[in-house]
Amino acid sequence: MSVIDLEKAFQDKIDKEIKIEPKDWMPEAYRKTNLRQISQHAHSEIVGMLPEGNWISRAPSLKRKAILIAKVQDEAGHGLYLYSAAETLGTSRDQMVEDLNSGKAKYSSIFNYPTLTWADMGAVGWLVDGAAILNQVMLCRTSYGPYARAMVRICKEESFHQRQGFESLLVLSKGSQAQRDMCQDAINRWWWPSLMMFGPKDSESTNSDQSIKWKIKRKTNDELRQQFVDMIVEQVKLLGMTLPDPNLKWNEARKHYDFGEINWEEFWNVVKGNGPCNKQRLAARNKAHDEGAWVRAAALAYAEKRKNRLKTKAA
Amino acid sequence: MHIQIKKFYYGDIPEENTGGSGNTEKHTNELSWPLWEVFIRSKQGLDHKHAGSLRAADAEMAVENARDVYTRRQEGVSIWVVESKHVHASNPDDAEMFYEPASDKIYRHPTFYDLPDELKHM
Ligand SMILES: [Fe+2]
Ligand SMILES: [Fe+2]
Repeated sequence: MSVIDLEKAFQDKIDKEIKIEPKDWMPEAYRKTNLRQISQHAHSEIVGMLPEGNWISRAPSLKRKAILIAKVQDEAGHGLYLYSAAETLGTSRDQMVEDLNSGKAKYSSIFNYPTLTWADMGAVGWLVDGAAILNQVMLCRTSYGPYARAMVRICKEESFHQRQGFESLLVLSKGSQAQRDMCQDAINRWWWPSLMMFGPKDSESTNSDQSIKWKIKRKTNDELRQQFVDMIVEQVKLLGMTLPDPNLKWNEARKHYDFGEINWEEFWNVVKGNGPCNKQRLAARNKAHDEGAWVRAAALAYAEKRKNRLKTKAA
Repeated sequence: MHIQIKKFYYGDIPEENTGGSGNTEKHTNELSWPLWEVFIRSKQGLDHKHAGSLRAADAEMAVENARDVYTRRQEGVSIWVVESKHVHASNPDDAEMFYEPASDKIYRHPTFYDLPDELKHM
């Protein structure tokens, strides 16, 4: 088959909702885009452990500590599922880790913001995981089989992340004035960065919607963002808190909430590496990787030794 | 076809926007842990089913990691791990030819046989 025929057969499969599997023929750009997206997603799960890991030793109770550890452990698992999915596209996990640690590869900008108070753990679970879940639910139906399967697994685990976050804020919202202030302050700081997670406005880009044609993505940034706003505006009422946007109001004609303009200068700044914690996050990943080198080497040496011992025994 | 995706979607930051150092020179000579495929029996009486893969230095570590990664919520009662390099697979390019012989043997299906309605328990 010629390349044109292959491409046509490929698009036909996509249109018929047949999943693409690792050994199937695929256009190079499809492979590259999936690889970039899945590895960025994996890196986000891994780096995403840092802002929350920051509070494990300072959680206010044993219960909250156990919950936080379980959540952070889940994120490590999510990173692993995604690295495995990315590996099916022909790159090694070591290469991906190296690209993250060198600063070549990207991860979600949201994790470049600091977690200043305990209430941030609630706000992160509710808003950041909440935003991520909308994207991930959509990706359960993405066209690349291994990515879709990883997403199904991840989505099953994510709902607890969002719920524990909201519940933790709910407790604060019923607490002392200081606790309520802390809760509101966390929401104020995390609201806009959460909206930025969805990426630039659709109108920003003149580039074609190839990812949608290939069904890697099924919703645009603005569609997902609107879904998020509509959802959160209702939920925040239950906390008796507010969102820091004077322009938030119901639009009867659109049947959606209108909201204010995002600070895009801040958005691009963080993407380009100049957010409040970009350097700190990369330094932490590099430190962990470098300090773990001897463990990885020792495990391999031990496995090798045992293999040889078994061989001599058999001989 | 030279398609390059430059649109910035949620979770897919295109290359030219990253502003990263792009420095990949720091190649380590570290050896990688091998890749393993993980199969999990979710419940007594069911088959082991492919759950995913992971990296581990040896089989024992692969089983332990599989427990930590794939059964954190009691998803399994038994785990198999197989080093990925030992898995042999059919080739999707040959799928048509490979599975074709089955398609003209419709008599292998119970619905092929036209039997009277009065016939019970069959
Ligand atoms: Fe996650
Ligand atoms: Fe999460």
